[in-house]
Amino acid sequence: MRERTTAGAGEAAIVYRLHAPWARGEPWSPTDGAARGPASESSRSAVLLISLLPVPPVYTSASQAASAPSPATAPAAPLFRVANLRKRYGDTTVVDDLSFDIAPGECLGVIGPNGAGKTTTIRMCLGLTAPDGGSIEALGLQMPRDALAIKAQLGVVSQFDTLDPDFSCAENLVVYGRYFGFAKNEVRQRVPQLLEFAALSHKADAKPGELSGGMRRRLSLARALVNDPKLLLLDEPTTGLDPQARHLMWERLQVLLQQGKSILLTTHFMDEAERLCSRLLVLDHGRKIAEGRPRDLIAEHLEPDVVEVYGNGALALANVDALRALAARVEVSGETVFFYTQDARRLLEALSGHPGLRTFHRPANLEDLFLKLTGRQIREDG
Amino acid sequence: MTTPPLATESSSSSSPPSPSAWRPPQLSMRWWPVFLRNLLVWRKLAIPSLIGNIAEPLIWLVAFGYGMGALVGQVSVGETKVPYILFLASGSICMSAMNAASFEALYSAFSRMHVQKTWDGIMNAPVGLDDIVLAEMLWAAFKSIFTVTAILFVMLGLGISHSPKLLVAWLVLAGAGVTFSSIALIFNALAKGYDFFTYYFTLFMTPMMFLSGVFFPLEQLPGAVQVVAGWLPLANAVALVRPLFMDQWPVGWGRHAGVLVVYAGVAFWVALALTRNRFRA
Repeated sequence: MRERTTAGAGEAAIVYRLHAPWARGEPWSPTDGAARGPASESSRSAVLLISLLPVPPVYTSASQAASAPSPATAPAAPLFRVANLRKRYGDTTVVDDLSFDIAPGECLGVIGPNGAGKTTTIRMCLGLTAPDGGSIEALGLQMPRDALAIKAQLGVVSQFDTLDPDFSCAENLVVYGRYFGFAKNEVRQRVPQLLEFAALSHKADAKPGELSGGMRRRLSLARALVNDPKLLLLDEPTTGLDPQARHLMWERLQVLLQQGKSILLTTHFMDEAERLCSRLLVLDHGRKIAEGRPRDLIAEHLEPDVVEVYGNGALALANVDALRALAARVEVSGETVFFYTQDARRLLEALSGHPGLRTFHRPANLEDLFLKLTGRQIREDG
Repeated sequence: MTTPPLATESSSSSSPPSPSAWRPPQLSMRWWPVFLRNLLVWRKLAIPSLIGNIAEPLIWLVAFGYGMGALVGQVSVGETKVPYILFLASGSICMSAMNAASFEALYSAFSRMHVQKTWDGIMNAPVGLDDIVLAEMLWAAFKSIFTVTAILFVMLGLGISHSPKLLVAWLVLAGAGVTFSSIALIFNALAKGYDFFTYYFTLFMTPMMFLSGVFFPLEQLPGAVQVVAGWLPLANAVALVRPLFMDQWPVGWGRHAGVLVVYAGVAFWVALALTRNRFRA
């Protein structure tokens, strides 16, 4: 009945090895080996880079160094491929013909208003919801057929914490590691590293209820790293956090990217998307409405400068032809007029003739793009 | 390559249609870490939980067994007359098995499934929903066995029965734990909140307690009711356990055991299908 682990972790490792193969992807499927090769992305330069940071790399084990790809394998096959995905609930199409890839080492951001289909997409990617059409391929395996083998190599932080309130931080990690087939002692060795990565070393014995929101999210992240995943699926990992906690989370995610991990991130924070994501997917009503690098998307869809005008009489300016001529696009939202322009200097000069107004000049950003593509109306159904 | 317009919808789809919730259970050994998780949580609260689990049935036993027993004296079971305390003990231990399994598979499982979202967290790891439901079923059965074992020891101490056949009774009670936790998981899958379980307790468990020969012989009931009672899981458990307490082999044990096994199998399947629907899995 019992199998001995090939990792040679010693006697302790045979305590519970009944389902170990899927945990480390050994004799699972013939394609597994192929998935391991180019997909593992921890180059030595990345490890060097990390060592300069005041953060411990989560895993610096020999196994990772061994699986580091040679530079020759650079144009790697996608780690994750979603093609023509569709999902309908009753008469509502929640995800409509959605396709995207995640390349090794990439952080793909998925942004969209509430109800755009982000969470449903993630659920389908995890095999938790059956798609009505399309295909999901991950690490050379097929979802949902190989759901468990794929999940053995994924790390997930869901929108809401699912930490065990009765266990301490350290116990949460050990217990979660067991779901991946790791013996207690195997995970225990990694717990200090994982806690340090999450900046929770001093809270090892605290229960989740005693932690702040940011700490809980970081513990969730540490838990998602317990199996040293190649790809992380993060569903709004910073929602509800204060700026300090959010920045710490970003810092940690950047470290993971430098270590060569890939990330799929959904978020409502445009600065988060711009900072972390190498590529973005804008979803609305279940459909992909834009895809590309954040800067490219902004350049493609927007004028470079935005002048926001508010104060007495600001709204009337939206109809002044002389000003409209200086802007490529004018939008009114509430009490504020937004001028999107190629030439902010001339516009600001013209506006200076209207005293009593307050102007704010800034470069166009991702939020402008998001609002342009998805509109300014409130979406409260989620 | 021209495709008829009507076919385009399906041609883009390479996924099979959503599988039925009633497909056969897909079980593996992955239930074990989930079971172990529950065990670890419980270990932290084992002593208070043990006292709670044992105190109530013992209070019933002492109050009714000795109090009522003095009034009732002997009760006829088949052709044998037994002291009321033995009659009651052998019935109430079945009731304890039922209660312990039901409480765990209702309130505690619901907390893990719905309130704490523990199941959602586990399903992000390589453990499927079917194995989680199996783990919960076995866990509730384990708690039932644990409670029953403790009560059996107390009964041994009180000298209610010393039959070696109690070992067989213990196995029957373990099986009853599996049956009742499977049944309770059906209601867990349907629950919107804790209040829902009140229906299960008042409309199902309490009547069953009085129709299963726990407190008085079934022969006291009208004939039609006896027929219904003969198909209740608790009545069948009592019919197996009571003779064993009396150091006899149960008559018609095959039918009684069969009823319990069928209840367990069907209930587990239904619970699984309803839970899959709940999770849209």
